[in-house]
Amino acid sequence: MNRSVTSSPLLSTQNGAAIMPNSAQATQAGIGSAVESDPNAPVDLPNRIDVTDLNIYYGAFKAVEDVSMTINPQSITALIGPSGCGKSTFLRSLNRMHEVIDGAYVEGSVVINDKDLYGPGVDPVAVRRKIGMVFQRPNPFPTMSIADNVLAGKKLNSKRLSKTEGAELVEESLRGANLWNEVKDRLDKPGSSLSGGQQQRLCIARAIAVSPDVLLMDEPCSALDPISTLAIEELMLELKRTYNIVIVTHNMQQAARVSDRTGFFTIEGTGKPGKLVEMDTTEKIFANPAKQETQDYVTGRFG
Amino acid sequence: MTMTTDHLGPDTGPDTGVGSDSNGDITSGELAGKGMFAIFGGAVVLGALTWLPAGSINWARWVIVTILAYIIGTYVVSRIVESKRHATDRLATAVMTSSFAVVLLPLISVVWTVVDRGSNRFDWAFYTETMRGVVGEGGGAYHAIIGTLIITALAATFSIPFGLFTAIYLVEYGGKTRFAKWVTGLVDVMTGIPSIVAGLFAYAFFVLVDGPGHRSGLAGAIALTLLMTPVVVRASEEMLRLVPNELREASYALGVPKWKTIAKIVLPTAVAGILTGIVLAIARVIGETAPLLITVGIAQGVNYNPFSGRMATLPVFTYNSYAFPTLPRDASLDRAWASALTLVIIVAVLFTGARILSSILKPKGLK
Repeated sequence: MNRSVTSSPLLSTQNGAAIMPNSAQATQAGIGSAVESDPNAPVDLPNRIDVTDLNIYYGAFKAVEDVSMTINPQSITALIGPSGCGKSTFLRSLNRMHEVIDGAYVEGSVVINDKDLYGPGVDPVAVRRKIGMVFQRPNPFPTMSIADNVLAGKKLNSKRLSKTEGAELVEESLRGANLWNEVKDRLDKPGSSLSGGQQQRLCIARAIAVSPDVLLMDEPCSALDPISTLAIEELMLELKRTYNIVIVTHNMQQAARVSDRTGFFTIEGTGKPGKLVEMDTTEKIFANPAKQETQDYVTGRFG
Repeated sequence: MTMTTDHLGPDTGPDTGVGSDSNGDITSGELAGKGMFAIFGGAVVLGALTWLPAGSINWARWVIVTILAYIIGTYVVSRIVESKRHATDRLATAVMTSSFAVVLLPLISVVWTVVDRGSNRFDWAFYTETMRGVVGEGGGAYHAIIGTLIITALAATFSIPFGLFTAIYLVEYGGKTRFAKWVTGLVDVMTGIPSIVAGLFAYAFFVLVDGPGHRSGLAGAIALTLLMTPVVVRASEEMLRLVPNELREASYALGVPKWKTIAKIVLPTAVAGILTGIVLAIARVIGETAPLLITVGIAQGVNYNPFSGRMATLPVFTYNSYAFPTLPRDASLDRAWASALTLVIIVAVLFTGARILSSILKPKGLK
């Protein structure tokens, strides 16, 4: 990969990813040298997400304005910011989940593996099979057993699974979610019989069972106690070897603990759209952010 | 005054607890279960005393006096023994329990009367014989039972899919669109249709198609469908709205299409409630008399064919036996009561069945 010196501003992404995937995408800015591995540089691996000039609307209301960022694979990207700043909306736009709400639409592009998620003819259902999501509150399907919950994605997508294939997938996914040892003797029990933390890991197992490329997590630990939170965080660190993980969190310690890069969103006032203030390596955001607003937020002076 | 008295349960006398919540004392007297029971017993006795002047038992007066005495008694005693707040609480509790008891009385009375009088003909012959060629005593309601089952089953076959699909449309697809609002409004209007109007509509419709004098089980089933569908829509709609949106989102996030999310996630989660709603709707129409009187009429023998000819049904059979008794009159009246009892039993069986089925199908782990 040749790094030419297109001087793009810090963290804004290239526009031509879909056309020339291997072309230059250098970032250069006030942080360190771009010569050796710059953690902010777009990594040239599959499943990188390039968001360009994304505006998200709910009907006439503009919820998020003008977001551009690169989300590198095999890493954890945290999105932080005050309530209502649009970070969850932004996260949901990454797998077109925000469209579940009537009147929601976006402008701009979200490119992954040379495909624009918002390009013509793209099926949101197919997008969601590639980009999985874990929600704030654990939501296992109450009518299904633990094993069926794990297999739900495959089964509901009309994949015929033999018994052994199913059993293998259940074990593999539950092991992947660090839940196997706790539930292996009661796979036929209802998913809602588990504790909150276990339910959330079950939901993660369910999400990774459909083998997505990207895992979006919308405040996955906010309903959990510290021990369960720790379990999920350890799990995320393992999962990032395989998946591109994006996490929205209100817990700044969590962002600092697990993420590689952090984006800070904010909102100027009610009714105004949320904006991405800055995005950088997690160390930099928390130790020495470029913007005063970020500094204020991470030090707890506002928000 | 500061109260430091020990408060020893019920009947500690009028000198304790008064005003305890106004002067910083956090203790107050307590009216225990025994005390409440004593008040209730006193109220019952007081009610019974009202017989004395008249010299005969008057049940209604007994009940009314008992309830009033109980309500007033608990308030006054609690006010004396406990505190003002306790007394208000007891008063509200007493009013609500009494209201419930009053509402329950007619139900118990109806069930008791039906069982009592219906048991005269609660025999094998009643459930195996028809009225064909029967004059006077004997005979049975086999034909009416068959008619009721066939017509209600037909009505259910029509209205369950219509009602369920309408509810799915309203909850999952309609949203806040103008059309969905119209549908909701029309369903409300349908709920209010008097049953006789539904019967006349069905009759008029079949007269147009088939000519005057049309009588068939199908016409009756159509009339019942008109009455049953809005109830099914309403019940299913409520149940579908209870399914948390998070489950739908979880399913979408797995890349499951919307129709499959509805079929495999939403409906199974709501099925227990929907079933109960459907049985309620059946119970609502199974006792309808007026529309069936117009559209189906009455027959003396069994008619298994709902597409032509008159059929007997339990409500119409009951009405007919009671309104136009044959001699001996008592035999006819006994048949009417036994028929009413049969109707009550069918509804009870349906409810029990729905309960059992619901508890089997109910999502595990949901309380």
